[in-house]
Amino acid sequence: MPARSSPNMDSSSDLQLTANDAHAIVLTLGSALLAVLVDLAPGIALAWLLARKSWPGKSLVETIVALPLVLPPVATGLLLLDLLGRNGPLGSALHALALEVVFTWKAIAVAMAVMSFPFIVRGARIAFEAAGNRPEQVASTLGASPLRVLFSVTLPIAWRGITAGAVMAYARALGEFGAVILVAGNIPGMTATISTTIYNDILTGHDQHALLLAAISIVLAFGLILGGEHLIRRALP
Amino acid sequence: MTSRLALRQVEIKLGAFSLALDLELQPGCVGIFGPSGAGKTTLLELIAGLRHAHAGRVELDGDILADVENRKWIAPHQRRIGYVPQDLALFPHLDVRRNILYGSPKPEAGGDESSVESLVEVLDLTPLLARRIAGLSGGERQRVALARALAAKPRLLLLDEPLTGLDQDRKDNVLDYLRLLRRRWAVPMIYISHQADEMADLCDEIIVLRDGKLAARGRPEDIFEPAQRPAWRLRRTLCVSSEEGHVEGA
Repeated sequence: MPARSSPNMDSSSDLQLTANDAHAIVLTLGSALLAVLVDLAPGIALAWLLARKSWPGKSLVETIVALPLVLPPVATGLLLLDLLGRNGPLGSALHALALEVVFTWKAIAVAMAVMSFPFIVRGARIAFEAAGNRPEQVASTLGASPLRVLFSVTLPIAWRGITAGAVMAYARALGEFGAVILVAGNIPGMTATISTTIYNDILTGHDQHALLLAAISIVLAFGLILGGEHLIRRALP
Repeated sequence: MTSRLALRQVEIKLGAFSLALDLELQPGCVGIFGPSGAGKTTLLELIAGLRHAHAGRVELDGDILADVENRKWIAPHQRRIGYVPQDLALFPHLDVRRNILYGSPKPEAGGDESSVESLVEVLDLTPLLARRIAGLSGGERQRVALARALAAKPRLLLLDEPLTGLDQDRKDNVLDYLRLLRRRWAVPMIYISHQADEMADLCDEIIVLRDGKLAARGRPEDIFEPAQRPAWRLRRTLCVSSEEGHVEGA
């Protein structure tokens, strides 16, 4: 579905942001943020388990977590569509609860969460492995309960790596295209994101408008990278 | 202060290595001596509760800390056993003050601020309290690690090669502090080192481990013989490798 009302629109209007563009920008930023927030707790927990414990099936879980990095995003989108579609194993259960996911903003957040999850896990895991478990052990000999150790030692020491992973995950989510377009479609004003709107503009000959959105993406990326670096520098140690 | 530690037929298996001990340690400072791979650190980790035994029982002052047969195990945070590992494991995200106070009991739980203050004073840490760990020298870090462990009021303190990586002057300096701490607080210690000098100087009893087994035990003068003074070395009758007879500061 075209993002703009007419392919013959003149070039001056191609350089103006529409209400649908603003919606796409806000939807992209918000969905990516939601995806990363949703990923954080399970991602950090899984990273800690992978870094600290040995358990049956660990290699399998490691492989599954890394799959979105290796699979074509469209393939991941297809799997999500089969899972979350009305006839899918999860989608049918959600449908029974009157919860529709596919072709809604929720599907965008789900696709972004799946695609960015490996970045959170990797960043946190590397941080946990680099810190080692000695500070945690010493904290426990100082009388700290496991929960206090987690919040006063484990997470603060690994915070820099976790932040770096979260920034990378957010960046990955912002640019996600293949999985998002399959599970959420590309409905202007509803499920169109920055990436899918650019795609639509190119398909419909609105190259100037596509470039405008690309420029906005570049500004967002700059802001994200600079902000992320600032956060990482502030995160001690 | 009494802290009688008993290891009853304790066994830990780590791949091809196994630690098997049955001994009782008297209160005071007990030195654990032996070559690399003898099981010294494994023993401390077992006592601290950081490692599970495969058999046997660990008791401290009559309290059972671990009993494999009866499936009893007290978690490290409930043992009140201080542990200063070789790498010190200071908390890099906290300043010196917050490192020291990390395990210090709160006043409502019987904590005594004045004892922490005097500990800080004795260890000359007052000027460092606001500093970050990353900016400290090796000797300063050792003192912070000691203060942090002692501020938690342990009933037993485990020190794993606390002077490793320090030059001779700093070693002497930290040893002076350790002697002072023993006199002032009388905390029972188990002290691991490769250096016969440190142990002869500090400990009341020496345990020699070799290949995970007890090779010898006795007073420092029974275990070590004077080398070129002021250094000491393991008695020749107890040596099986040149590493065990290592002489420091000769």
